[in-house]
Amino acid sequence: MKKIINNPSTVVDEALRGLAAAHADLLRVHTEPTYVVRADAPRPGRVAVVSGGGSGHEPLHTGFVGRGMLDAACPGAVFTSPTPDQVQAAIRAVDGGAGVVLVVKNYTGDVLNFETAAELAAAEGIEVRTVVVDDDVAVKDSTYTAGRRGVGGTVLLEKIVGAAAERGADLATCEELARRVVAGVRSFGMALTSCTVPHVGEPSFSLTEDEMELGVGIHGEPGRSRIALEPADGIVRRLLDGVVEDLPFTESDRVLLFTNGMGGTPTIELYVAHGIAERLLAERGIRVERRLVGPYITSLEMQGMSITLLRLDDELTELWDAPVHTPALRWGV
Amino acid sequence: MGCTAERLALALRAAAAVIAVHRDELVELDRAIGDADHGENMHRGFTAVVAKLVGGGFDTPGAVLKVTATTLISTVGGASGPLYGTAFLRASTALGDTSEVDGPGAAAALRGALDGVVARGKAEVGDKTMVDALAPAVEAAKAAAEAGGDVAAVLAVAAEAGERGAESTVPLVARKGRASYLGERSAGHLDPGARSTALLLRALADEAGAS
Ligand SMILES: Nc1ncnc2c1ncn2[C@@H]1O[C@H](COP(=O)(O)OP(=O)(O)O)[C@@H](O)[C@H]1O
Ligand SMILES: [Mg+2]
Repeated sequence: MKKIINNPSTVVDEALRGLAAAHADLLRVHTEPTYVVRADAPRPGRVAVVSGGGSGHEPLHTGFVGRGMLDAACPGAVFTSPTPDQVQAAIRAVDGGAGVVLVVKNYTGDVLNFETAAELAAAEGIEVRTVVVDDDVAVKDSTYTAGRRGVGGTVLLEKIVGAAAERGADLATCEELARRVVAGVRSFGMALTSCTVPHVGEPSFSLTEDEMELGVGIHGEPGRSRIALEPADGIVRRLLDGVVEDLPFTESDRVLLFTNGMGGTPTIELYVAHGIAERLLAERGIRVERRLVGPYITSLEMQGMSITLLRLDDELTELWDAPVHTPALRWGV
Repeated sequence: MGCTAERLALALRAAAAVIAVHRDELVELDRAIGDADHGENMHRGFTAVVAKLVGGGFDTPGAVLKVTATTLISTVGGASGPLYGTAFLRASTALGDTSEVDGPGAAAALRGALDGVVARGKAEVGDKTMVDALAPAVEAAKAAAEAGGDVAAVLAVAAEAGERGAESTVPLVARKGRASYLGERSAGHLDPGARSTALLLRALADEAGAS
């Protein structure tokens, strides 16, 4: 294992120290328990948006704390959900009296830990609404699984709901928007290489030079199938077909296209992929009205990508365009 | 002879030592069908439990289990944190303020633990989770307690049944937790949570059951 770290057990804390130093104008890092919070929290009378999850997916979620997005984020150990006391403390820190939306990616650990925190916060009289994101088409949603994983759609949801909360939307409105995003967003990912979890020290899985893993998650968990490596055209077509046919997205739909890097894929390759995705969507008559390209929800140093499509309407588009100022997303300010 | 708070605290420290020894094994099991963190999560949690228990001063076995529960909930994370936390919490509730755990008490505590895991995680036997180890342990404990077994006898059969239950997860296709994403590819692997449950039961039987 070759990584720029001192010690696997201090990597999360040290990264948070760096984040705090780099973005003191936007956020504060609290320890014991650990959470990252907007510098101006709590904002009286405003709904607060809180998320969190295992570390190793940066900039998700800590890099999205700031104006127009998250009020707080709770980072767990690498690939491990945060604990209820972290989430409960974050909720208390941001509660401005108008309620709190919890954005939870659908993994058993995240769901159980946030559920416990929501119960504790509710017992203290804070109104909490939980929205679970489950946009990964690689997983069958059936009684035989824990349900679809939350992946790329989470980034888009946090931006949109954060924008609504920033404008003063009430709790019910924020919750409805979040559910609308969940209903209209789908993602599909693939990997060329594995990632190496610091405390494990070895790759989570292994792929030969001529293989790729399709339907991979963001925790180095093996994917849906392992197939022969293809050129970018083939990879993007597979991902896009999976996403489009699932919802399904149909001709004349307006969409946001999010081409995401898994951490180890260079930007030049993401733009290759993005260009192909735009062309394939144009062929289907699906109108790409907004786009996001870059590594925003990652899996440590894994080489790979995912494609996320979100069905847009006027309100969602306007909220996407609204000003945002966070470490990882910034426009309109 | 029952199990006192002091002995139970010793047993949990022994359990923590067992988890430390098996940390890498649990990581490996989770790497195959999960995300390679179960050993790390459990090790972090039980290290924190030991730190809480060293001072002693617990009046009842229930109090020992309660501090174990809250510590696990706030340190483990992942799916197993709230599940084991709830298990220890319900076991604590089942013991009430009894000062020494006897055979029926041990069986009732295990029953409470299982009910807690099922209430949170909604898994059934056969889903390839820790429930596959805990459920048969509860059944075996109940039978042993009804036959008049003391705490040592009850925990011994529970540990044995837990080990067999954990082994039974190998051929199963996971229907809960992260391993369920793999579908058929999850078959042929021992479930990490079932393995850690079996390890904990064995450690408790060896220590709490000793007298
Ligand atoms: N719904 C559930 N009910 C009972 N046990 C579960 C459930 N989901 C997962 N588990 C157990 O948790 C174990 C995984 O724990 P861990 O790796 O620590 O958490 P995570 O899956 O969040 O990474 C599994 O091996 C399984 O035994
Ligand atoms: Mg795990």
